[in-house]
Amino acid sequence: MKYLDEYRDGRVARKIVDEIRRVQTKPWVIMEVCGGQTHSIVKNGIDYLLPQGVELVHGPGCPVCVTPLEMIDKAHAIARRPDVIFCSFGDMLRVPGSEGDLFTIKSEGGDVRVVYSPLDCLKIARANPEKKVVFFAIGFETTAPANAMLAWRALQEGVKNISLLVSHVLVPPALEAILASPQNRVQGFLGPGHVCAVMGYEEYEPISARFRVPIVITGFEPLDILQGTLMTIRQLETERAEVENEYSRILDRAGNRTAQKLVSEVFEVGDRKWRGIGMIPQSGYRLREEFREHDAEKLFDVARIDTREPEICISGEILRGIKKPKDCPAFGTLCNPQHPLGATMVSAEGACAAYYAYGRHLQRDEVDVPVHSLGGAA
Amino acid sequence: MASLESTANPDSKEHAAKADAGTVAIPSPFFGSCPLPIFEHKNIVLGHGSGGKLTAELIDQIFLPAFANPILDRLDDQAVVEINGARLAFTTDSFVVTPIFFPGGDIGQLAINGTVNDLAMSGARPLYLSAAFILEEGLAAQDLRRVVESMGAATRTAGAQLVTGDTKVVNRGKGDQVFITTTGIGVIERPVNISASRAHAGDKIILSGYIGDHGMAIMSQRENLEFEGAIESDCAPLHQLVAAMLDACGDQHSEHPIHCLRDPTRGGVATTLNEIASKSRAGMLIREELLPVRESVKGACEILGLDPLYVANEGKLVAIVAPEAADSILQAMHNHPFGQHAVIVGEVVSEHPGMVRMETGVGGTRILDVMFGEQLPRIC
Repeated sequence: MKYLDEYRDGRVARKIVDEIRRVQTKPWVIMEVCGGQTHSIVKNGIDYLLPQGVELVHGPGCPVCVTPLEMIDKAHAIARRPDVIFCSFGDMLRVPGSEGDLFTIKSEGGDVRVVYSPLDCLKIARANPEKKVVFFAIGFETTAPANAMLAWRALQEGVKNISLLVSHVLVPPALEAILASPQNRVQGFLGPGHVCAVMGYEEYEPISARFRVPIVITGFEPLDILQGTLMTIRQLETERAEVENEYSRILDRAGNRTAQKLVSEVFEVGDRKWRGIGMIPQSGYRLREEFREHDAEKLFDVARIDTREPEICISGEILRGIKKPKDCPAFGTLCNPQHPLGATMVSAEGACAAYYAYGRHLQRDEVDVPVHSLGGAA
Repeated sequence: MASLESTANPDSKEHAAKADAGTVAIPSPFFGSCPLPIFEHKNIVLGHGSGGKLTAELIDQIFLPAFANPILDRLDDQAVVEINGARLAFTTDSFVVTPIFFPGGDIGQLAINGTVNDLAMSGARPLYLSAAFILEEGLAAQDLRRVVESMGAATRTAGAQLVTGDTKVVNRGKGDQVFITTTGIGVIERPVNISASRAHAGDKIILSGYIGDHGMAIMSQRENLEFEGAIESDCAPLHQLVAAMLDACGDQHSEHPIHCLRDPTRGGVATTLNEIASKSRAGMLIREELLPVRESVKGACEILGLDPLYVANEGKLVAIVAPEAADSILQAMHNHPFGQHAVIVGEVVSEHPGMVRMETGVGGTRILDVMFGEQLPRIC
C-alpha cells in the first residue's frame, strides 16, 4: 500500500538492524513512549530483530490504559442512566470498571455507541433531543483537538444536550516523572509521533537537556521504529542528548498551531491521576470554565466515585519501564484481557495486552526466537 | 447437527458462522480447575457472537453439556453421518447481516452460500436445503422478494434444491428486517476424509484468494466509510472449486492428499488456522508477505485499526494439503474463477503444536492467537 508498504520493507529493515549492530557497543535501555509504537513492536516482532544489548521498554503512552479506574466507573455510572446516550471510542468498551464493562451495560439496556469521530456526537444529539449525549473524551494530545472541537461546536451551535467526560493526559509530565524516579532505567526515548504531530517537539527540548537523555520523535511503522532506535543509539554511543525528528514526513518542530490554539481555548492544564502511576501534577487537560455546561463530571453526580486497584498488579512499574509484562507472575494467568488486573492489560495498546494479543503468554522459550524456516524473504 | 454457534451479533451484525469451540484453548485458570463450567456473564454480550474465546465459552459451558454426543463433540463445520452406506454431510447456519444488501451480495445469497460452503468443506456435493425466515413487521415486500430471488439463484448455482422452509413474523423492533436460517444436506461421493484434525507436519497451507473482503465491505457500508475503490463482498459458493481440487489429486493416492478444508468466515483466517492447529495438535507457520490482501481492504483496516487476518470472508477457503500434491492442487485452483489468486502461505510444522506463528514482513515473528471477542477500532 502506497506510503505504508515502503515503511514495512523487510530488506530495508535488515539494513537498519545491521547498522544498529555496527554502531552499538554497550547495552542500552530505550523506551518507546506510545502505545501505538508498543503495538507495532510486538505485532511485527521488532524487539526480536534487535541485538541483545538493545532493550526496548514500554512506556505510559496508552491512553486507554492510563485512564484511572475511578474515571471508568464514573463513565459506567453515567452510561447506565436511561436518559443518556453514551458515546465512546471503540476500545474503551471492553475496559472493565469495578462492575463489568460498557458491553455489559449495553447488554443490560444502556444506550452505548461507538463513534469514529467525536463530532458524530453532534449528529446523535440533534437526532435525540430528549436524551443527554455524553462523550468519553480520553486520550493524549493526539485526540485533544478533535475532542476539543466537539465541546467548541456544541457551545457555538448551542447543542445543549452534549457533554464530555474528560480524562485527558499529557506526555511531557509523564516523561519527567519517569526520569526523576530513583528507579529509572530509561536511557533514551522514542518520542510520541502522533502527539508531536499536534504539539510539535519544542517542549521536549528542556527535558532532553535537563536529564541528558536523547529523545527521537518516532513514527509507528516498523522501519520508523528501527530508524528511531538507530538514531537514539547513535546519540547514546556518541554521548549526545538531543531531540531529533525521525517522523519528519509528518511533523515539524512547531506542530499544528491551529489545533494547539483550539485545544488551549477549550482545555486548561491541571493535575491528573494516571492509572498505574498515580497523581502527576499539571499532567492533563480539563474543560475550561466557559464549557461547564458541557462538562459531564459537573452535570452528573459522579464526583464521589473513588476506586482502588488490585495490589498484585505491577503495571505502574511496567508503565515506567522498570519491569516487563513477563516479569509479572499474574501475566496471562490470573490477569488476561478478559480479567485485567490493571492498566497495561486493559487496551490493545497496553504493553501486557499487546504481549497477550500476539501470543507471548503462550510462548515457550524455544519459540521466543525468530526462525526463518520458510527460507529467505523475497 | 454438528455445529453449534452463537446466534446474531446484532451490532457487528456479521454472518454468524461456525465457532469451533472445542478447538479453542482457554488458558485461564478460572475454568480449568472447576468441575462444573462456570458461565461468567449474567447476560449475553455481543462478543458471544464473535467467533472468538467468548463464543467458545458459550458453546462449552451452555450448549455442549446439554447435547453432548460423539458427532457433535467433533465441532466441525458440518456433521458427517453414515446412513446405509451413504456418507452425508449435514449443517445449519443463521444469518443476521446489516445492511441486508451490500456491495457484492445480499443476505439471501449469503445464507445459501454459507451453508453450501460448510457442506463443501467436507468434500460433499450439496443436495437439499431448508430455509427458515424471521421477518420483522414492516419489512418491504419488495426487499423480501429480492432476497428470496437471490436465494433461488444461489441455490440453482449450487446445483441443490431448497425443499422445505418456515416463516415467522415478529413485531417491529423485535427483529432486524430479516433473519434467515438455512440447513443443508450433501453427499460425500469420493473416498475422502477431510477434517480439521488431520493436518500433519510438512503439509502446505493454501489460501484460495484475497482475505478480508466480506467483512470490510460490510463494515464500510454500515459505517458509511467511503474508501477509494469500493470493497465488494467475496460471497461465493465453493463446492465446484473443492470438486476441482479433489479431482486434481486423482485416485492414485492411498490417502487423499487434501487433509483439511475450512472456509474462514467469522473470526477470519487467523481463527481458522488456530482451530486447525488446535484440533490437529500441530503448529502452523505462515509468512505475512505471502498473504493476499487487497490494497483497499488493507487501507480500510489500517484506518480502523483492524487486522485483516481476523476479518470475515464468505468466498474463501483454507486448504491443508500433502506437500507432494500442493502444486497440482494449486494449479487446479488457479483454473477456477474462485481460486485464481490462490497461494501457498505457509506450512504445518512439528514445533509449537496448537499454535499459529507468523513471520512478519520485516522478519520478526509473532503468534496469531484466537481473539477474545470482537475486534474493536483503536483510539489512535
